[in-house]
Amino acid sequence: METFVLDFERPIVELERKIQEMKDLSINGDMELSDEISRLKEKARKLRVDIYSKLTRWERVQLAKHPQRPHTLDYIKRIITDFIELHGDRAFGDDPAIVAGIGKLDGQPITIIGHQKGRTTKEKLYRNFGMPHPEGYRKAMRIMRLAAKFHRPVICLLDTPGAYPGLGAEERGQAEAIARNLLEMSILPVPIITIVIGEGASGGALGIGVGDRILAMENTWYSVISPEGCAAILWKDSAKAEQAAEAMRVSSRDLLEMGIADRIIEEPPGGAHRNHDEAANLLKQSIVSELAILNEKSPDTLVAERIEKYGKIGVWIE
Amino acid sequence: MAWFKRQIPSLKTQEKKELPDGLWIKCEKCGEIIYKKELDKNLYVCMKCDFHFRIRAQQYINILIDEDTFEEFNQNIQSEDSLKFKSTRRYSDQIKDAMKKTGTNSAIRTGFGNLNGQRLVMCVMDFAFIGGSMGSVVGEKIARATRHAIEQKLPLIIISASGGARMQEGALSLMQMAKTSAYLAKLSEAGLPFISICTFPTTGGVSASYAMLGDIIIAEPGALIGFAGERVIKQTIGQDLPEGFQRSEFLLEHGFLDAIVSRLEMKEKLSKMLEFF
Ligand SMILES: [Zn+2]
Repeated sequence: METFVLDFERPIVELERKIQEMKDLSINGDMELSDEISRLKEKARKLRVDIYSKLTRWERVQLAKHPQRPHTLDYIKRIITDFIELHGDRAFGDDPAIVAGIGKLDGQPITIIGHQKGRTTKEKLYRNFGMPHPEGYRKAMRIMRLAAKFHRPVICLLDTPGAYPGLGAEERGQAEAIARNLLEMSILPVPIITIVIGEGASGGALGIGVGDRILAMENTWYSVISPEGCAAILWKDSAKAEQAAEAMRVSSRDLLEMGIADRIIEEPPGGAHRNHDEAANLLKQSIVSELAILNEKSPDTLVAERIEKYGKIGVWIE
Repeated sequence: MAWFKRQIPSLKTQEKKELPDGLWIKCEKCGEIIYKKELDKNLYVCMKCDFHFRIRAQQYINILIDEDTFEEFNQNIQSEDSLKFKSTRRYSDQIKDAMKKTGTNSAIRTGFGNLNGQRLVMCVMDFAFIGGSMGSVVGEKIARATRHAIEQKLPLIIISASGGARMQEGALSLMQMAKTSAYLAKLSEAGLPFISICTFPTTGGVSASYAMLGDIIIAEPGALIGFAGERVIKQTIGQDLPEGFQRSEFLLEHGFLDAIVSRLEMKEKLSKMLEFF
């Protein structure tokens, strides 16, 4: 995999490279070198803890959109067996920016839906950078109705820089498509688990994001607008995105503190992009444990508790 | 149309904040110089070109709700700056200024009222209050209004006038989209009607939640209604937007509105629609 290194990752990556070089040299079991290697390994571990515990919100945003970060299909490949993708909204088209399908998680039949970004230029264009059109939201809703009909839980993976702001999207009712999903998802009579796996930009993310449980991977952001968008409007300068990320408190930890996220899913050392398998494993464990609780609830209880959950969100003075 | 010839409640007390002072007003659309008293009588709709001037929440209440029947509730709920948000200015100062400037506590007013004798729950957004942006307070007030409608088995009307969700409350405002939609789902399951009225503007998170969820969705003529803002779309597609894009007439053509209704006919139309439910 071609590596892309963020500025704050550089000291760790360089240290790791040094360790690798020494390992290559010490193939014939040079004792002195192996002592040095373990010393450097410990140093790298400490450095990583140090750097990652001090990341700013803006640096987390960088990790959330890291080009090597696992996307929906990377996770599906690792945690879902017998996955069958289902296409189209039965009205206008199929939107590759949202992937939806059926499969099994730990043996349980489930429905899984997620925003899909691309990695190569060609893929990025095909997936429209993970920015859905109305037909993407309508496809998602169609597949969720299917899940409800056959009593299958729904898992939604959020990872989008936003719903696509284009002429066709507006003509075909971007607002209506998202609004409809919010309403229908709030009363869908099956468990819904929503996980922010990367970027959670505004209504574009929320459009497949209403659920009984809201989980967030550690290095993600989720807010009402992207930091860049907020900076452009409030500071009249998109270069102020770093300040906007701080002001809006966009990190997973903030989401937990606001009472929106139910839990944070830890990522492998250095972030999900450093180890897709391990990230997928951690994601899977979290979903399986939440699902075990939700599986026991009746549809009426699920819906009542879900509406109550959203009813409580907000802060005001009275 | 007899209802408004009969006795127009004066809108004058509110108009100063949104409309320039003076006896005469120039129409933003056709340039006609209009005598303000006449414009007031005509509900702030230009007599020459039908342009709908922006009006305050109180004016919609005066226009649509029978005199002395509006019983406002939850008017004391105020925004709290829980994120300690600061951009070029502090959100807490912005809230204080807005309250002072508008004489109200939030970007929405909610209450019971009669419309030609039909009791209902009415929510009216106020663009003058931080662009009508939706934060926790707007979300909570709509949730409570919906609950009242369900408890008392009444129709719900929401008049939207909003640039979208309030950035200064971060993810909390985003979640108000889900919160209001969830309560509207309950209202719908209770078999009660919800009429959404979109005015200039109804965009962003408000359009992508309750404004687009009406059993009936109505707009005033020429209202800007859409998800993405003009600047963002222009930047994305690298070209100017076609004329009339994201306006009421455009939405009607594309199938997202039931009707475009002039402010002058709004009360009568709503009254007839409510008879159906
Ligand atoms: Zn005019």
